[in-house]
Amino acid sequence: MVTGTSVLGIKYKDGIMMAADTLASYGSLARFRDVQRIVPVGEHTLLGASGEMSDFAYIQEQLDKLLVADHLAADGHTAGPHFIWQYLSRLMYARRSRVNPLWNSLIVGGFRDGKRFLGFVDLQGTTYEASTIATGFGAYLGQPLLRKAVEGKEDTLTKEEAHKLLVDTLRVLYYRDARSLDKIQIATADASGVSVSEPFKLDSDWSFGADIRGYGAL
Amino acid sequence: MFRNQYDGDATTWSPQGRIHQVEYAMEAVKQGSAAVGLRSNTHAVLVSLNRSFGDLATHKEKLIKIDGHMGIAFSGLLSDARILSSFMRREALTSKMLYDRSVPVSRVVEAIGNKAQVNTQQYGNRPYGVGLLVAGHDETGPHIHECMPSGTTFDYVAMAIGSRSQSAKTYLEKHFESFASATLDELILHGVRALRDCLQQDQNLTVESCSVGVVGKDTPFDILDGARLGDFIQKVETTEGGRRGAHAVPVETSNVTPSETPAADQDTQMST
Repeated sequence: MVTGTSVLGIKYKDGIMMAADTLASYGSLARFRDVQRIVPVGEHTLLGASGEMSDFAYIQEQLDKLLVADHLAADGHTAGPHFIWQYLSRLMYARRSRVNPLWNSLIVGGFRDGKRFLGFVDLQGTTYEASTIATGFGAYLGQPLLRKAVEGKEDTLTKEEAHKLLVDTLRVLYYRDARSLDKIQIATADASGVSVSEPFKLDSDWSFGADIRGYGAL
Repeated sequence: MFRNQYDGDATTWSPQGRIHQVEYAMEAVKQGSAAVGLRSNTHAVLVSLNRSFGDLATHKEKLIKIDGHMGIAFSGLLSDARILSSFMRREALTSKMLYDRSVPVSRVVEAIGNKAQVNTQQYGNRPYGVGLLVAGHDETGPHIHECMPSGTTFDYVAMAIGSRSQSAKTYLEKHFESFASATLDELILHGVRALRDCLQQDQNLTVESCSVGVVGKDTPFDILDGARLGDFIQKVETTEGGRRGAHAVPVETSNVTPSETPAADQDTQMST
């Protein structure tokens, strides 16, 4: 069982932004260090996954089938964020009902027809929409930071501020979550479409605590 | 008994390259009473002529609501229409459940087209004896589609099916260019006028014999009744002088052969 840890998602002024590291762990072993856990689905949607990575691969296959069907029909009807979110919730609920769940927590984000969307789906098919969503360890350590920075400011938070917030939150997670990595990707969905950044290094400071000002030393 | 030796089942070709069973099924559509469908840039409208099966019977409803955004009018065997409409309702419900989206009209039409085609290719099956006009509104706007027993489907601005429907088609062909920008009320009037042209000389439209279904953006599919329906019929039947031909070129209603319009009470298959 190869698993990924937290995914973060927030709304900001122009759309939604998501972040995750690129690690897929085999138990406590950092087994695969270059796994993309946030993927575009169609032209308007991003999907981020924590949990079982082969189940995530299966989910991507199912979504690909939907997109291919849309493409072949060529009738102007295409899958949007809400559509994919609903489908995933039905897929996850159907599998949990067969007592063979797909072991993931998913964040669906997107931007279409001038409207942004950010929703959550888990292995039981549970869903909710919110301005900030965090899965895995991030639900405990990241979510409070995101809420404080985003709630009530969804329409004023700039892209730069959103980017910094996600990087800072992932840094907190990197310090505290033993299944995380300092190689991360940030993804955005806005009026211009969806994009996932290349992986980049998260800067961190591992100097001795007692010597750091404000962390023991005077 | 047999018209020729090649019409015994739906899977046999005639040497002329025809499949007679499929053609007979298309004839069944012409036995049913007329239905008209037309659309503007905002709405799609269905208008149908409802038959009564005798003096003591009510008129049979020919419009079926499929979902909030879609309805059908049919011509031909009522029982086959019920099979297809329940299939369409299932498709619509599945789409709502699985994707939280009203099923695109073109896709459900394609699905029943495929379903009908199978019946023209498998031994032991018969084609559906019903033609459908599907009116719906989805993300890509209002639509009118026709489905035939052969499994072919068409996307139309306006179309009429059923007995004597050629008269309605003539009306529609004369006026369709004004449909795109028409208001809902204008569109309904066009539909009712087109349908009136399908009547026999001694008949008039009534609220019992005529049904109107509308659907559009922010207008869920609705079958008009009572005063609202009466207003349209009255407008066409009395205010405009009543008789057909007053507004359109004289059409070949007299060309319809008697065999195409059998007496309703002789119709054991319940063609509607």
